Amino acid sequence: MAKIIVVTSGKGGVGKTTSSAAIGTGLALAGHKTVIVDFDIGLRNLDLIMGCERRVVYDFVNVINGEANLKQTLIKDKRTDNLFILPASQTRDKDALTRDGVENVLNELAKEFDFIICDSPAGIESGAMMALYFADEAVVVTNPEVSSVRDSDRILGMLSSKSRRAEQGLEGIKEHLLLTRYNPERVEKGEMLSVEDVKEILAIELIGVIPESQAVLNASNSGQPVILDKDSDAGQAYLDTIKRLLGEQVPFRFLNVEKKGFIKRIFGG
Amino acid sequence: MSVLHCADLSVATLQTLLSAKLAQAPAFFLQAPIVLNLSDVSQTPDFSALKSLFTELKLVLVGVTAANAEQKAAAHAAGLAVLQAGKANVNTKAPAAAQQPAKSPATEVADATAAINSAALAAVAATMDSKVIEQTVRSGQQIYAKGTDLIVKGAVGAGAEVIADGNIHIYGSLRGKAIAGASGDTSKRIYCYNLQAELVSIAGNYWLSDSLQGKFWGKSACIKMQDDSLVISELV
Repeated sequence: MAKIIVVTSGKGGVGKTTSSAAIGTGLALAGHKTVIVDFDIGLRNLDLIMGCERRVVYDFVNVINGEANLKQTLIKDKRTDNLFILPASQTRDKDALTRDGVENVLNELAKEFDFIICDSPAGIESGAMMALYFADEAVVVTNPEVSSVRDSDRILGMLSSKSRRAEQGLEGIKEHLLLTRYNPERVEKGEMLSVEDVKEILAIELIGVIPESQAVLNASNSGQPVILDKDSDAGQAYLDTIKRLLGEQVPFRFLNVEKKGFIKRIFGG
Repeated sequence: MSVLHCADLSVATLQTLLSAKLAQAPAFFLQAPIVLNLSDVSQTPDFSALKSLFTELKLVLVGVTAANAEQKAAAHAAGLAVLQAGKANVNTKAPAAAQQPAKSPATEVADATAAINSAALAAVAATMDSKVIEQTVRSGQQIYAKGTDLIVKGAVGAGAEVIADGNIHIYGSLRGKAIAGASGDTSKRIYCYNLQAELVSIAGNYWLSDSLQGKFWGKSACIKMQDDSLVISELV
């Protein structure tokens, strides 16, 4: 039975697509057959982050409208086995998605894949609602600042009231908090909300803390999910996140300011 | 069931008095079943005329109580039920009548409808359970406990609104808006474990978070009305 995970946030620019790419890649690396579906119709980005923008022929809307089948449309990732991408349409808008159409596509994908990652658009309009409606689990991407936290709170409300699981009275969506762009130095100075602050406000289980990192921007620019950059702190933090998503207990890293070593302190590294 | 006490049961008097009373809250008694208490009336009223008057006022006259033999017969003829006088009615009515025997019909009806009002409200309060929300109320959600208390077993997020005609109890942080006594009852209160509200209001009197900063901010607190002003006090 395939698990549908929506990556959502309410607010834009907090790292939904970066996280979708990293989570999808991480699950595939762990041996699970995974597809990442870009729900951001009209503002297609996932293909860039995944570095497959030149290989998009058909898209999600084509499949819904019956103009192409899934086999033609799915793009197989070149670096990672078991990983596929279903790109969004760049020429259409969010209204091109219908609930029945999305359901059919997800049902079709569920036959083949272990995990379906839905990369949600920002906002709380039809596109975002469509991305979260069928989800079994949700990764709520949040930056440690007040507006992002409030928008996440709003989305959590939507998850518990507007999803299929809520409407049919099933067990609720499993919600995970993924804190991104975390900067321990600024937290220490009191310029940024701490992990504890955010956890206290949102009151859901924390699945990962991704430190603010140059590696993320580099990865986006080069079209390679940051989780593949195993030397970087952000890449390692995403690897930890995947382990927790798969049920492992992993201690949290990168929460505190790194102490400078003896040599660095003397020579000012 | 609402019981109407009135000394003067002429159609004209009742029409004026009841219309005035109903105009204050048209929806409250809409199609409400009404029983006429005839303990203060000796003559036999025209029941069929009264029935059509009640229908016109969107009330339903279902029966009479405390009627004498002649009144009972007339009520039967008009198709009304004859009911035993309720003990509660007798108790609440008797002292008032004894203390002030010389009341004009107008004040009598006003008192009677007031008695009905409070009786109906008490009945509503007794029959309706408090509304209980088992989880955190998220930003953008609005919860209204109509005619009863609201209990939230979680936090109320910034940008969320909890409203109740009764009291509000929040077993978590209150970061959003809490509006108690929404239908105007100033005796209602707001209780919360951690006060960080955007707004608190009781019966339309409100304070914004600026006014809440102080020794209770971030602490457990109880908010109530006292002398036309909101007062915050310790929860325990």
